[in-house]
Amino acid sequence: MIDIFHASAIILVLTIFLCLYRVIAGPGVENRLIAVNTVGTKTIILLVIIGFIYGRPLFIDISIIYAMINFIAALAIAKYLRRGCLC
Amino acid sequence: MLNTVALIFIFIGLFFMVVGAVGLIRLPDFYTRAHASGKCDTLGEGMMLIGFILYEGMTLIAVKLLLLAIFIFISSPTAVHALVNAAHARGIKPWMKGEERR
Repeated sequence: MIDIFHASAIILVLTIFLCLYRVIAGPGVENRLIAVNTVGTKTIILLVIIGFIYGRPLFIDISIIYAMINFIAALAIAKYLRRGCLC
Repeated sequence: MLNTVALIFIFIGLFFMVVGAVGLIRLPDFYTRAHASGKCDTLGEGMMLIGFILYEGMTLIAVKLLLLAIFIFISSPTAVHALVNAAHARGIKPWMKGEERR
């Protein structure tokens, strides 16, 4: 089962690199923001897998915090894009 | 037996994540990319977390993973919807058939 976790972690890292292509080459701000949001949601799963591989359940708490920070950051950037300021 | 079911769920989630990343590269427009990213990522993440819950069993870690899955099922489409709404307010036109990809 641990080998399956290693393989899925490697596949997730490869998909993160696929998304980073869109971050670098995407035209405009919005494509880059969607790609960064996707990288964030993949990173949550990667943190959970790391917690299972090394046998440390603390990583799941870290992934919960990361999900909250990702959500707040996406909302703040969307508001900034819409209004031009964070007010 | 339960490990096999967990393995099936994890593989389905990985498939959806890879499909979402390929759609993020291949599709021609911002709105279609948001469609691929928002749906495939949410479904893949939920499937993989359900697989981890079945692998873990009835412990506190499973409860935390269930809370994480519920939070992501609410928050990830909301974030993508906010981004698409902001882009629509900035005046980005949708892609029509026959146009150049951008």
